[in-house]
Amino acid sequence: MTQLILFNVFNGLIVGAFYALMALGLSLILNLSGVINFAHGGFLALGGYIAFTLMPFIGFWGALIVAPIATAMLGIVVERVLIRRLYGRDPLYSLLLTFGLAFMFEDGTRFIWGAQSLPFQVPSVLVTPLSSDYFFLTGYRLFMVFIVAVAVIGLFLILTYTKLGIRIRAGTLDLETVSVLGVNVRMLRSMNFGLGVYLAGLAGVLAVGQLGLQPTIGSSLIMPSFVAIIVGGLGSLPGTLLGGLLIGVASGVTTVFFPSATEAVIYVMMAAVLLVRPRGLLGEEGRF
Amino acid sequence: MDALGINKNTANLAVWLLLLTMPFWLPAIGGYIELGERVVVLGLAAMSLNFLLGYTGVLSFGHAAYFGLGAYGAGMTIRYLVPSTGLGIVVGTLAGTIAAALIGPLIVRLRGVYFAMVTIAFGQVFYFIAFRWNSVTGGDDGLTGWTRMPLNLGFTTIDILHNSRAFYYLILVIFAISVGVMAWLLRSPFGRTLIAIRENERRARFLGVPVDQHIWMSWVISCCFVSVAGALHALLNNFVDPRALYWTQSGDFVIMAVLGGMRSFWGPLIGAAIFVVLQDYLSSQTENWMSFVGLFFVLVVLFFPRGILGAIRRRVAS
Repeated sequence: MTQLILFNVFNGLIVGAFYALMALGLSLILNLSGVINFAHGGFLALGGYIAFTLMPFIGFWGALIVAPIATAMLGIVVERVLIRRLYGRDPLYSLLLTFGLAFMFEDGTRFIWGAQSLPFQVPSVLVTPLSSDYFFLTGYRLFMVFIVAVAVIGLFLILTYTKLGIRIRAGTLDLETVSVLGVNVRMLRSMNFGLGVYLAGLAGVLAVGQLGLQPTIGSSLIMPSFVAIIVGGLGSLPGTLLGGLLIGVASGVTTVFFPSATEAVIYVMMAAVLLVRPRGLLGEEGRF
Repeated sequence: MDALGINKNTANLAVWLLLLTMPFWLPAIGGYIELGERVVVLGLAAMSLNFLLGYTGVLSFGHAAYFGLGAYGAGMTIRYLVPSTGLGIVVGTLAGTIAAALIGPLIVRLRGVYFAMVTIAFGQVFYFIAFRWNSVTGGDDGLTGWTRMPLNLGFTTIDILHNSRAFYYLILVIFAISVGVMAWLLRSPFGRTLIAIRENERRARFLGVPVDQHIWMSWVISCCFVSVAGALHALLNNFVDPRALYWTQSGDFVIMAVLGGMRSFWGPLIGAAIFVVLQDYLSSQTENWMSFVGLFFVLVVLFFPRGILGAIRRRVAS
């Protein structure tokens, strides 16, 4: 029993790390530009498929580095061509636009790579179980957690210490003042969008190593990311991280006791948080 | 006279005439009656959403949940409880309305994108319940093994299952009642208050309007009629599946409202007509219809943000 619970808590932690990685990207974009990027799941799937396509040429490690960057570039293009036109308008429009993009991405990946699930080979170093008692501790799982941790720490370092990061944080609080101070806000929003999509692409590469490639992988992961943001508190990146891990573990633990409620439990958590603390666990008062 | 240059009564008359005669002219121009039924049902859903979206200015992206609850309520009543179409519609409507009323207090204080995110996330609970609770809802395969029942009016019985015209007019009667109630509400002081909240919430608050309460009421009314549409949708297909509850369905309703014109009463119906016909055509032509629907979303946002009626009004005004 202990082993089962441990297994599911660990599983939940991994799933939560994914949600967090994806939700952090969503949060970055939402905080600075006020855009809910429904196409985020599409970018995630694309990251995975690009990695799959590049693997025969540059190997797993090369794909792990290149695929998220390629996804981010594509994200920047999408931002410049389409999303940029909608800043300052009712959020309804960017919502609908990215919603349409999500459809196009999902169908596009199905068109290019086919609807069947494709296998994604990770290096054999990473698949061997590390211990016979705790069979679930495969190298790949630990590796995923490690990469997510590196990405999250990297993100917070960028936001704290680089000029870009400081400007993003300042822009989140008051974009107009940042603009008046001479920062190119259009550029800032593009870079920020790219950064967010990079995280989605990275999550995509890691996710397909665990779950295999499917065109629908993105749309099944985006809703929990929304919940992670709401539970953690809109406007707070540490909150998003916490929210992602919390709902991951919660659904992991629920799997042990009440498997059919695995998905529903996170929404119950969200309802509870909204009831007690409408701004989310670490959200600021009065921001939304 | 409104900006279109047409008398409002003339416009209303034209809409009702078109709807009343649809079974006669639709087959003649290459449609089929079920298509017309779908337009009216989804049009009702889009118009109900617009009560909240266009007239109260609250961005809900989760109306599929209440649409689906209406559908499952109707289907499950007929399948398990009483084989009565009328009761099915009533139970479906109640299911959606009660769920909305309970969730309402959790969300009425939220605004803008936050409201959108929370409504869409809440919708997923019902999706997972329908998806997982196999023994009752049929899970992913949907709820089958039932059909709409003949309508017993006391003095006569109407076979709405095989007589598609009779079923169309049943839908139209319910549509007329729902739309009539919404129009009446919008013209009442309550409706004017909702519009005031949309235009300037802070000012409405200073004037002493209990804003949260009004938004809660608008939300419940909107969800109530969307669940009526859901119940009708279930009867129309003799089938319900979890996709009626999925968040993409909510997006479809929003695009219908935006495409037709959020600031006009009939706009969402026009949007629904275009959307339904387009989807019907695309899915018969290509396997990749999803891409085209997605592209359609993008194009509407970029080129028709005010909707078709809004665009025409602007042209006439200038």
